[in-house]
Amino acid sequence: MDNPLKLPMLLNRNNRKPLVDNRTLRLERTRRRILQLLWHGMGFGFAALWMIPFIWVVRTAFLPKESAIGSGWSWGLTFDNLIHVWQAAPFGQFFMNTLLVCSGVLAVQLVTMTMAAYAFARVQFAGKDLLFMLFLVQIMVPPDVLIFSNYQVLNEMGLLDTLLGIMLPYFASSFGVFLLRQSFKQLPKELDEAARVEGASRLHILSRIYVPLSRPIYVSFAIVSVSFHWNDFLWPLIVTNSEDNRLLTVGLAMFAKATESGAQWSDVCAATLIVSAPLMIGFLLFQRQVIGSFMSSGIKG
Amino acid sequence: MAGWSEKLRRNGFGWGLVLPSLLFLCLFTYYPMLKSVWLSMYEKNLATPEPLFVGFGNYANLLKDQVFMKVLGNNIGFAIGTVPTSLGLAFLMALFADKAIKGRGLARLSFFYPNMIPMIAVANIWLFLYTPHFGLLARLATWIAEQPINLLGTPNTVMGALIIMMVWKEAGYFMIFYLAGMQQIPKDLYEAAAVSGVGALTSIRRITIPLTMPTTLFVGVVAITNSFKLVDHLWIMTKGGPNNASNLLLYYIYDTTFNFYDQGMAATMTVVMIVLLLIISSMQFFGWDHKIHYE
Amino acid sequence: MLKQSKLTALLLLVSIMAIAGCGQTNKSSAGKDMNTNQPAMTASTPESSESKNVEITFYYPVNVGGPLTKVIDGMVSTFMEQHPDIKVNPVYTGNYGDNTVKIQAGVQAKQPPDVAVMMSTELYSMLDMKAIIPLDDFIVKDTDIQMSDFYPAFLEDTQTESTTYSIPFQRSTIVMYYNKEMFKAAGLDPEKPPATWDELVTYAKKLNRDGHAGLEIPGNDDSYWMFQMLARQNATDPKQNIMSSDGKKAMFNTPENVEALQFWLDLSHKQKVMPEGVIDWATVPTDFIQGKTAMMMHTSGNLTNVKNNAKFEFGVAFPPAQKQFGSPTGGGNLYIFENTSPEKQAAAWEFVKYMTASEQAALFSSSSGYVGVRKSAYDTEAMKKYTADFPQALVARNQLEYAFRELSTHNHGKVSKAITNQIQAALAGEIDAAGALKKAQEEADQALAPFNK
Repeated sequence: MDNPLKLPMLLNRNNRKPLVDNRTLRLERTRRRILQLLWHGMGFGFAALWMIPFIWVVRTAFLPKESAIGSGWSWGLTFDNLIHVWQAAPFGQFFMNTLLVCSGVLAVQLVTMTMAAYAFARVQFAGKDLLFMLFLVQIMVPPDVLIFSNYQVLNEMGLLDTLLGIMLPYFASSFGVFLLRQSFKQLPKELDEAARVEGASRLHILSRIYVPLSRPIYVSFAIVSVSFHWNDFLWPLIVTNSEDNRLLTVGLAMFAKATESGAQWSDVCAATLIVSAPLMIGFLLFQRQVIGSFMSSGIKG
Repeated sequence: MAGWSEKLRRNGFGWGLVLPSLLFLCLFTYYPMLKSVWLSMYEKNLATPEPLFVGFGNYANLLKDQVFMKVLGNNIGFAIGTVPTSLGLAFLMALFADKAIKGRGLARLSFFYPNMIPMIAVANIWLFLYTPHFGLLARLATWIAEQPINLLGTPNTVMGALIIMMVWKEAGYFMIFYLAGMQQIPKDLYEAAAVSGVGALTSIRRITIPLTMPTTLFVGVVAITNSFKLVDHLWIMTKGGPNNASNLLLYYIYDTTFNFYDQGMAATMTVVMIVLLLIISSMQFFGWDHKIHYE
Repeated sequence: MLKQSKLTALLLLVSIMAIAGCGQTNKSSAGKDMNTNQPAMTASTPESSESKNVEITFYYPVNVGGPLTKVIDGMVSTFMEQHPDIKVNPVYTGNYGDNTVKIQAGVQAKQPPDVAVMMSTELYSMLDMKAIIPLDDFIVKDTDIQMSDFYPAFLEDTQTESTTYSIPFQRSTIVMYYNKEMFKAAGLDPEKPPATWDELVTYAKKLNRDGHAGLEIPGNDDSYWMFQMLARQNATDPKQNIMSSDGKKAMFNTPENVEALQFWLDLSHKQKVMPEGVIDWATVPTDFIQGKTAMMMHTSGNLTNVKNNAKFEFGVAFPPAQKQFGSPTGGGNLYIFENTSPEKQAAAWEFVKYMTASEQAALFSSSSGYVGVRKSAYDTEAMKKYTADFPQALVARNQLEYAFRELSTHNHGKVSKAITNQIQAALAGEIDAAGALKKAQEEADQALAPFNK
């Protein structure tokens, strides 16, 4: 994140030579300083505003039940809510399932996308352009939209209510293929040729040269993919029935929506926290990397 | 002859590499799409358990379905409400977070973190914020209006409430793309502008905005697509109510499939959705494809 | 170069195998029960089901939070101790709505559960999908079940055209909860809750003070339930309901029903004793417990929640009458499904019988607040003790003589959505009572048209 670009209009005033007389300059400077202050105030104000929902939830999750939804401000710290929620539903199991789905999807995606990306980047074969257009379709019409039909496909395959069923539609990622193809294309062709002269096979070249050199793209894709599948809801909800195969998001939704009793806000907040925590902690620890990954996953304009 | 076998081998190699991806795409993208098109020609619901061919009858019915029209309108409204706002905010956030000022990382963090929270958890958080009597924002709204306000239970306010939530969730995500876009702008451009005495706002208008146009286009399409495909929150917050005031297309498809068991209509709406998405994204993809060829 | 073509061939082979593999699962899945993780039952020798182990899947919803799943799982394990030859896999499927979705989806996918608790209102949809089996054969053969011991109000929606399709299990009625302390503060007698609509309004006006509402009636998800209650209370005919008993006709748009809906709307718009807009089902009990409303209409299934969490003395009463008392019943029955083997259906019947026997009904009622479905349940020691300590629990049961069938029709999803949406529109002030019911009637007629041919 070492961004070399500093928007100069506010900061690089030293670059300017004092062409005008001092008074105007001073006036100008004060005006700038005020503007800058205003701008910073606004920016940080918004940043603070953005934090409020989460702080509110954390506060509720750790407050004793009685004071949590009372109108007054009160203090108190308790882990009862978290403990109660953790015991009320098998979140440990859900956590493992989510982990399994995320890593399973990612593992297969990495393989399929590497192969396809290499083909699109470096192999000349018949129908390549048409195929490339076909791959585009998945980006335009993501599997999320096809829940209704995909449910039936999965049913035909007899894979409803399995973790594999949740993963299957995402095993191929056109988005990943795109990203990687771009990265592969940027590698000099001479590398290929040199290696070929030494008798290396193309797959060898792929695994020894292309893959290692595109590591940052892989990391980016992995982070984007994991965060997507960690957060996914509608599809796992539809596909799974039994508790054994339930994911965190679905477990949370069911927990929060046991409607006949009133909304138990302390519990819901605690559960929300439990479900969001792993990714949040990961994000806080690897903040730079995560943001960088999302950045490079965008097709640069 | 040698050319032939070489050609064959190369083709086989290429196809072989693409095949695994293609297989999954066929199973879970192309086949379901075709199947939806096929099923949309049939009537299949609780009254008609065996599929009955009706041609374009379902499409005609769809035009007469007031709920569908309302839901489609809602979805367009939702897109109009979320996309420009979150794009604008994202741009400003990027401008702010891009600079080397103290606390920049913290600002970035606080803009971006909603993106790491599952939509379903976001829905829980905001449902709480909007709950009359207890929620922070509900109290705020009550204080402003000087009377109890049920933000999610009133048709006039429910969409606005959901749009605000979506902007909160998405703006930070789009900020990232703008950050990437801004880093690509050569910095001598700004220096030149500064030297010739161009003000800050002008150089944003004349340099930053035009040069991040491709980002805007890309993010715009992502945002529009998201407004059609992100419906998890409805499941928790409103179920599309009150009286479909907050219902969105994908959620209505879900309802039609699993609550009304009207498979023919569900397929028909899926087709409409696919066509919509193809139109939206093709606008940009052709531009994007050019970019890739000229990289 | 040779290596490369070998690898190409290998890739092709793997892909082909994957395709073939998928095709195979495709074929074999039809016959196999994929629902459970058990080893598939292959043997199908018809006789001696005692000696063989049967495994059945049981879907159930819980609408009252975490603890109740433990109660049900506990009941399941005692059942298995007593029936070592039957293994039950309980699957908690979320709230009623999700549960129904799961079951319907399973039926469509030809992988239904063997037995399930499901809304009583799903009867006609299930029949239209040919998903459930009639239970009369079991009932006739098995005298243990003692159908006459069930409360008749609960049996009403288990039957159509004199065939029984389900057994009552998790049942409720609408009751009125009121905060006795607020009654005192407003100068009202806490032992005399309002008994008529007029009293309800007068009381609510007095109670609407100190920053809390006088009354709350939830209006989202299944607002038709509350509407049914008001409609019956306002009906001259003691048997009047908002649909025909064969589930083929909706009767929303009647003058009496318009009056009933108008009364509901007036509570917030005219009398100003209830918050405006559509009040969320789940927040109403929280509001009551937190003292944000003095009275609420809600399911009796919420008794335990209110009892455990309210920090004040509260009373439970019949919802007030206009022309008569009345409340629809609610909740779920136990259904047994088609598309499984006769052994499984027999095992499922055993399970149903067990779950609805007096002791279990008593246990389930006392730990949830749902009404005990059998008369004899109230004679058990456990129940006697429970109701002696907590007499409020008897209100919902006593109300059963005024209770009637919840809205249940063919195409139930669409019909109930039609009325629910229009009620919401009316509550939100978008349409008047007459207009709302007229529109709901039209939509319902359209949804029911194919069934009246």
